[in-house]
Amino acid sequence: MPESRACVECLRRSWLLSLLGPYLEKTATGAVGRRSPELLRLRNEDLVEVVAPSAGKEMIRRVGALGEGWFAERLDEAECWAICRHDDRFPPGLRDAADAPWALLGRGDPALVEAIEPTAAITVVGSRRATSYGREVARDLARELATAGLVVVSGLAFGIDACAHRGALDAGGKTIAVLGCGPDTSYPAAHRALWRKIAETGAVISELPPGSTPWRWSFPARNRVMAALAGMTVVVEAAAKSGSLITADLAAELGRDLGAVPGPVASRASAGPNELLAGGACVVRDAQDVLDAMLGAGARPLQRTGPPLDPGLAKVLAAVEAGATNADAVATAIDLPPGGAAAALARLELLGYLSTTPIGTVTRTLLAAG
Amino acid sequence: MLATARTFTLDGISARPVRVEVDVHRGLPGFAIVGLPDAAVREARERVRAALVNCGFQFPLSRVVVNLAPASLRKAGPGMDLAIAAALLCASEQLEWEGMERFAFAGELALDGQVRPIYGALAIAEAAREDGVGSIVVPAENGPEAALAGGVEVVPLGSVAELPALAVGARGPEPMPLRLRPDPAPGAPDLADLRGQPHLRHALEVAAAGGHSLLMVGPPGAGKSLAASRLPSILPPLSETEALEVARVASATGRLGGGLPAGRPFRAPHHTISAAGLIGGGTPPRPGEITLAHRGVLFLDELCEFRREVLEALRAPLEAGEVSIVRASGRRRLPCRFMLVAASNPCPCGRGEEDPDCTCLASSVQRYQGKLSGALADRIDLLAAVAQPSAEEIGGASGESSATVRERVRAARERQEARLGHGRCNAEMTAAEVRGCELDPAAAALLADLYERRRLSGRAHDRALRLARTVADLAGAARIGEGEMAQALQLRRRDRA
Repeated sequence: MPESRACVECLRRSWLLSLLGPYLEKTATGAVGRRSPELLRLRNEDLVEVVAPSAGKEMIRRVGALGEGWFAERLDEAECWAICRHDDRFPPGLRDAADAPWALLGRGDPALVEAIEPTAAITVVGSRRATSYGREVARDLARELATAGLVVVSGLAFGIDACAHRGALDAGGKTIAVLGCGPDTSYPAAHRALWRKIAETGAVISELPPGSTPWRWSFPARNRVMAALAGMTVVVEAAAKSGSLITADLAAELGRDLGAVPGPVASRASAGPNELLAGGACVVRDAQDVLDAMLGAGARPLQRTGPPLDPGLAKVLAAVEAGATNADAVATAIDLPPGGAAAALARLELLGYLSTTPIGTVTRTLLAAG
Repeated sequence: MLATARTFTLDGISARPVRVEVDVHRGLPGFAIVGLPDAAVREARERVRAALVNCGFQFPLSRVVVNLAPASLRKAGPGMDLAIAAALLCASEQLEWEGMERFAFAGELALDGQVRPIYGALAIAEAAREDGVGSIVVPAENGPEAALAGGVEVVPLGSVAELPALAVGARGPEPMPLRLRPDPAPGAPDLADLRGQPHLRHALEVAAAGGHSLLMVGPPGAGKSLAASRLPSILPPLSETEALEVARVASATGRLGGGLPAGRPFRAPHHTISAAGLIGGGTPPRPGEITLAHRGVLFLDELCEFRREVLEALRAPLEAGEVSIVRASGRRRLPCRFMLVAASNPCPCGRGEEDPDCTCLASSVQRYQGKLSGALADRIDLLAAVAQPSAEEIGGASGESSATVRERVRAARERQEARLGHGRCNAEMTAAEVRGCELDPAAAALLADLYERRRLSGRAHDRALRLARTVADLAGAARIGEGEMAQALQLRRRDRA
């Protein structure tokens, strides 16, 4: 177990936030989105003055009484490590953020989090209620960016977040999950297996101590960590008012690059990114767009063309690109013999041009035709 | 005086012999039935009394005791009325019947002495044959049905008043056995009604050809139920033994009223059904929907809405082809060899996540689709994504008719039987038989590639092979080619996301 690199004062802050959880929840309700990062800028005394004037003093006294040994024991128990802003190896991306957390507690590989340059990390966020298009793009994007050597940062949520993590893991790359609860629990619980996998090969971090439950305010709070860690934040799919857009705003305030994946104008799931694009965000069609935006055009080219296709398969691929999502639609679009469409789709899937969802519909991957 | 008559009680879909002993002796006038009768049997008292009196017989002013043996067997239903009446007439010396022990009786009595039809006449006639009964007296309406059994003389009886004539040997002509109808009736739902949707048609054809279970996923109104209801019409016609099995189930559940239903049964239970309703249950056990679907199609619409324990209960019977129901009184086996077809919406609201109007929560979609991959997942071979057909397709020409498709399916089934043995199909292939399938090198390479790269499970590997074998059988190919393998890989149900 790597020892704690955080000073006692910063660790006390983490535990204080955990104690203040319900009070922050009350204060931050209404404008949860914006207020919790702002609240968290405050020093301990000011913070309790705002959120819990009566009970807060007692809490400060209580955490103040906790010593180094006690923290080390708790971290040991939870198999977690900690790092604080006073350490040289605190992520530089968080160092220049005014509202950065004082300490990060995590599981997995601390070396991955320590000294992570913003230019070496990419944050991919989006809707929990993503369409199969969004999922496919997120997974592909993360896969390719991880292959290109970037660390993929996301929030372990349903939908886009999980796909981003999985994409990075598919490629054998590194990924960091930033949680709104303690680093020792998976939220959502359904992603426990993913959480464990990330902790094994990458890192799971949080500003809250082990054992903390998630709060509504803790999600915008962790969004600011995600935005600050990476040099660029990409929004894949998001509804018009969503947490992902908060992350995007926070990234823009920090002067980070902001990217968005365009989607159908009629799709609610893509309303957020389309809005961001209208406001001047980088268009992200594939991993190359991200690399160009972060590192300068052509700085790191990607190899992403698939094997060559015979004319029959190319026609089927064109039909899918034109909007056919199942074998029936393909068969009607280009008059194939029964079973012909199924066979062609299976071949295209094997070649990596398509992927099939568990409910049997097909989605185009980002692989360009050779 | 004492008299006995033979009868049968229905147990599941078979019948068990019961001996009716009637003793008439001096004492306070009364009528008691003993020997584990259910309410319907106990009420025979009143029916028998009224029927005898209304047909001009005397009801003895003595103590009448009816014993139904064996006493340990629970007797159900009104079918024992006739036997009780016959034995009572003999016991009260109003009827003299030489050789009555060669006869068995089954029938319900009306108050005017008419003999009313009963459930399970076919099973009773078969049990009578097994039990060495010479002639079985059944309600006139059940005559043709009972005659299906063969090997036992069937005597139709209209009224209790005809018993004295029967006792001295007067017989009408024996009823003609019911005509078995292995083919669907003309005018039955036809596959031609399914317009467009070539892939769905193909998936149906493959499912029918190999006996593979099929899951259709798509928004409401995309034609899932329509497609499922057409499946029986493209399955090969019933063989004679199969048709008899279907008739036996129909007879035991009283669905032979207007003659034998034509073709293979199609059952579509509502998703609120209980486990007992689906697989059979109750005391005495009654056949469930899966037995009613024997040799036909069981369609589970809205698969995700079925209760989990109901779907779990379906597992073992689906594998074994029969369901065994254990009660304190013993174990019954009911046949249930059926094809499973299921349909589901892509998400709780039904629109599908691709639709901008879908308002389902991520967690609820996940739970819903999780149910899809959890529910019976390893028992379902084929997955077809179904989308709303376009306006041109709906308005377009109708597709191939059921008869044409059925011919291809029949040919494919014949090839399977030649390879696997009589009555078997690809869906039932054992692991050893699956491994024995001959593959083109290119097809083998395709499968190996997928197996390695996509970390296919062993089960998924075998499923793909079974499907590929069926696609090849439809094409008339001895070896599985690359094209057939590719089709099978697209048609198969995916393990998970």
